[in-house]
Amino acid sequence: MEKQQFINTGNKDTRSGFGAGLSVIGDENPNVVAMCADLTGSLKMDAFAKAHPDRFYQAGIAEANMIGVGAGMALSGKIPFVGSFAAFATGRVYDQIRQSVAYSNTNVKIAASHAGITLGEDGATHQILEDIGLMRMLPNMVVINPCDYNQTKAATIAAAKHVGPVYLRFGRPGVPNFTPEDQKFEIGKALHLIEGTDVTIFATGHLVWEAIQAAQTLEAEGIKAEVINIHTIKPLDEKAVLESAAKTGAVVVAEEHFVAGGLGELISGVLAANKPAPVEYVAIKDKFGQSGTPAALMKAYGLDAENIVAASKRAMARK
Amino acid sequence: MSNIQELNNIASQVRRDIIRMVTAAQSGHPGGSLSSTDIMTALFFSEMKHSPASWCRTGKDNDMFFLSAGHMSPVFYSVLARSGYFPVKELADFRVFGKRLQGHPCVESGLPGVYEASGSLGQGLSVAAGAAIGKKLDKENNYVYVLMGDGESEEGQVWEAAMFAAHNKLNNLIAITDWNGQQIDGTVNEVFGVGDLEAKWKAFGWNVIVADGHNMEAILAAFKQAKEMEAKEEKPVMILMKTNMGKGVDFMEGTCEWHGKAPKPELAEKALAQLQETLGDY
Repeated sequence: MEKQQFINTGNKDTRSGFGAGLSVIGDENPNVVAMCADLTGSLKMDAFAKAHPDRFYQAGIAEANMIGVGAGMALSGKIPFVGSFAAFATGRVYDQIRQSVAYSNTNVKIAASHAGITLGEDGATHQILEDIGLMRMLPNMVVINPCDYNQTKAATIAAAKHVGPVYLRFGRPGVPNFTPEDQKFEIGKALHLIEGTDVTIFATGHLVWEAIQAAQTLEAEGIKAEVINIHTIKPLDEKAVLESAAKTGAVVVAEEHFVAGGLGELISGVLAANKPAPVEYVAIKDKFGQSGTPAALMKAYGLDAENIVAASKRAMARK
Repeated sequence: MSNIQELNNIASQVRRDIIRMVTAAQSGHPGGSLSSTDIMTALFFSEMKHSPASWCRTGKDNDMFFLSAGHMSPVFYSVLARSGYFPVKELADFRVFGKRLQGHPCVESGLPGVYEASGSLGQGLSVAAGAAIGKKLDKENNYVYVLMGDGESEEGQVWEAAMFAAHNKLNNLIAITDWNGQQIDGTVNEVFGVGDLEAKWKAFGWNVIVADGHNMEAILAAFKQAKEMEAKEEKPVMILMKTNMGKGVDFMEGTCEWHGKAPKPELAEKALAQLQETLGDY
């Protein structure tokens, strides 16, 4: 594998990547419709709403109805993107998603912004850290958690092209935008970012950039860490997981989510059922979030490069 | 259009199907199925413009029907089969492992006529509203119908959907409440007190019709009136159909006891003796 350079072209929020992707696919495909539960500006859906007022619906602060309406719209061949904060687009409407979207296998795209602890100052009521778990438990559901602006834009377009329910998770803060602008997004395909032989860091969402920084620190200490971006949590690229873990023999999983239900548990399960390897989690352990700046919260809850470095060393020590 | 006598004959057979299905399965929900039988018969054999033999999940160029109260699957399956969506003999598969007639309607088993799964209450009106928007976007003139229970209106989502449909002027959406006044734990008034449903729906921006849900002429007239109202005013219409739970079987009528209970075969015989076999049992 050629050595890749990771250059931050400037911090950008992933929700803006979603908004940009929605506009692209909305201009391209007249079947794309969108709804938002009174958070159009927060989800950056305003450009779509302005360009296609006939295909944008305000759902009001009534998320359960929004999910059902999305399912009904999808029947006639529309491709509805229904949006809210991740907390209200999953936990609040779990049963609606379960019956009207997942079990009925309707072509609804759930656009979930402000996911995780980096929602920041609003605090724990809004900082959902179990949404990946909730969504990945549902049959038929695809779960995507892209890492930066460019990738979120590409993932949004890919979600529209996929036939079936999709949970698309993204966030609020500006984070390094470093993946290629013109990337092809393949649902279910893990991306090898850095090749290594000593430890594998599987990362998703905002933690991918931190994983890259951690690998660079480890390299300076003579440790070759492999970094893999798991942008699609379901379906998981099990082949990529097993091959890399078999090669390095030690695994770290980094995510902005609870350990419970998260990518780490998922990967541990795959490894345990095939070829076990020690796994260390960089994730939040069974406690709610709180108010603070995204940067302060990431540090306080241990979701940063420093903790990935420490977890890598622990995983290697357990080989 | 089928005449009134024909529709009443079909309804009698549908009621027989319901009793025979739940008895064979020794589970299922006869009460609400029997109270909504006349409404469902009127819909599927007279009111709706639909093509059962060439059914497709998009509902294109068809009137679409959504059963929000999914536990009424026996009546739904019977009218679907009897109107040609799938073979009548398949009614014997109700609640049987590996078959298409699941306890509550679903899409996964591939049963023609079912657009969306239901069973968890309160979701059907939202889905129907979405389908109604789909038809407006596609400039189709067909209608979307949804049947709910009155106890179901205790679910908050129903009122979210009510506001949404009124706000979006969905005058191609006709909702029906099977107003039988019963739910699992007792009468609706005892359990939760949904209050004045007519005033509530009006206050939520709907036009409301109250009709006798066991009088075929009144049911058809209500549907006609609903369409006239929607042609005149950009508002959805709710038809509150006054019904009796368990209608047609004397020992099941007017009580919540048979909401979700199947009779033993001996008792089922007593029920069937009250219902004329008009089209041949499955």
